[in-house]
Amino acid sequence: MIQVSLLASTHSWRRNVVNDFISQRKEKLEDFKKNIRKKHTIAEPIDIPDGLFIKCDQCGAAIYEKALEANHSICPYCEYHFRMGAEKRLYLTIDQGSFKELDGDIESVNPLSMPDYEDKLKSGQKLSKLKEAFISGTATIVGIPCAIGVLDSNFMMGSMGSAVGEKVTRLIEHATQEKLPLIIFSASGGARMQEGILSLMQMAKTSGALHYFHEKRLLYISVLTNPTTGGVAASFASLGDINIAEKSSLIGFAGARVIRQTIRQELPEGFQTDKFQLDHGQVDLVVHRKDMRKTLYRLLMFHQGKKVSNE
Amino acid sequence: MSNIAWEKVKLARHPKRPTSQYIIKELFSDFIELHGDRSFGDDKAIIGGLATFNGQPITIIAEEKGVTTEEKIKHNFGMPHPEGYRKALRLMKQAEKFRRPIFCIVDTPGAYPGIGAEERGQAQAIAYNLQQMIGLKTPIIVLVLSEGGSGGALAIGVGDYVMMFENSIYAILSPEGFASIVYKDASKADHAASIMKLTAQDLFGFKVIDSIIEEQDGLHIDSQPGILALKQELTHALNKLSKLSESKLLDRRYQKYRKMGVFIEQGETHVKD
Repeated sequence: MIQVSLLASTHSWRRNVVNDFISQRKEKLEDFKKNIRKKHTIAEPIDIPDGLFIKCDQCGAAIYEKALEANHSICPYCEYHFRMGAEKRLYLTIDQGSFKELDGDIESVNPLSMPDYEDKLKSGQKLSKLKEAFISGTATIVGIPCAIGVLDSNFMMGSMGSAVGEKVTRLIEHATQEKLPLIIFSASGGARMQEGILSLMQMAKTSGALHYFHEKRLLYISVLTNPTTGGVAASFASLGDINIAEKSSLIGFAGARVIRQTIRQELPEGFQTDKFQLDHGQVDLVVHRKDMRKTLYRLLMFHQGKKVSNE
Repeated sequence: MSNIAWEKVKLARHPKRPTSQYIIKELFSDFIELHGDRSFGDDKAIIGGLATFNGQPITIIAEEKGVTTEEKIKHNFGMPHPEGYRKALRLMKQAEKFRRPIFCIVDTPGAYPGIGAEERGQAQAIAYNLQQMIGLKTPIIVLVLSEGGSGGALAIGVGDYVMMFENSIYAILSPEGFASIVYKDASKADHAASIMKLTAQDLFGFKVIDSIIEEQDGLHIDSQPGILALKQELTHALNKLSKLSESKLLDRRYQKYRKMGVFIEQGETHVKD
């Protein structure tokens, strides 16, 4: 009995191998017909101007640039939120024409005489069209006045050196003095390496200013966007009365590469995403970019003691 | 060309250099350790407790790296988790309540970069300490013993009087981390150290610290001269700070950090001092 069944199983095993072999050959032939041979018969590609289509970082879909622009820089296929410059962020958030810039003349110098730093500053200015990685001022949101600041990741990854630290601190102090609610959108790789210890000290400076802001019982809403990490995450960006994570943002203290090298194991899926931060109790809300202005408005209204409809 | 900064890095990490527990033992004969953050656990990378100094009660917060391999593992090589910073803040608030001055000893390569640390809010824990320490209504004196690495050091390092031992370093990041970010090559740490401006002398020049404590032959050879100088500095700082009114103390602390940084405005350079 045992022998017979063994023989039978050997037979079926062989048959399976032969069948597999045949089907694999068929697949390869199909693949050849479809992909490899076809390449020789394909027509000359149509000349598409550069930049007209943008590839989605998440799903890989090609998106018509103007469609992306009109869609708040969100992928229409997978809802991935593309990184956005400060100017556009302000445009989508505040009432048109309400922005009055503060401290617009502050610029960085090179206190440690770090090689290449000046070049990096210049290219940051070119890319972001800003003098520094942070733009700040006063504005209104659906008529409600506030102090608002935005970090721009196009400028040296939105990193914080002395100039950014000074601008953030002055904005906080201005809001404290004028008793304005404060909104800061962060997008930053952290403290700026090129200014060394002086960048590190900006963490204490900005956080210290927030201590006195909070003492005056004023509202600070911190919006953490993609990405908010390092010394910015570990200072003013985490100190809101309400911390909001924008959808599809990377938020955390240490970089994934450093953590992987330290613990020598792979990181769990979804590590340091907006959802991760929400699940671990680090942010109050995850908000879709299209709902951001509305959400900020509602939160501002609550703090004026006004009833807000649930629309 | 000799690389003084890299020599300092090596001295700061010398295996024979004393760690915080030794300094505590030498300075305070009656130290009682207090444990835990009351929410999650007791992070042994940060030691906290009570002692007297010149007959006055004082709260001590110290990052501890450990000496033996076993100790190093126990203290996680001096790399705190969020619960460590929260324990530190709990004890500092306690010090404020009982009007005790606070003495912080910084000695860490940095806050621990791990999954648990991120899950429990490393960034938030550091940020909150920075915000709270500016407003603590009691004098805070900080010593950078050997290594002050990034936000992990600053999170217990905001104070009225900040001292550094002569051969200690204090920087935005370890030279290895800096080299790996800027040059994409951690082995260029020695070169990174030479341009990072991380020695006590550099930081004194930037007015980030208030004094340098001389070690003579170096703490790794003979710790006594350094300890003696530290005792004198601590006595001096406590005397000076205890004379200040609460509002003066806090105003002075805020202004100290408020002025840090160099930038230009409308073509004028602000070297804040």
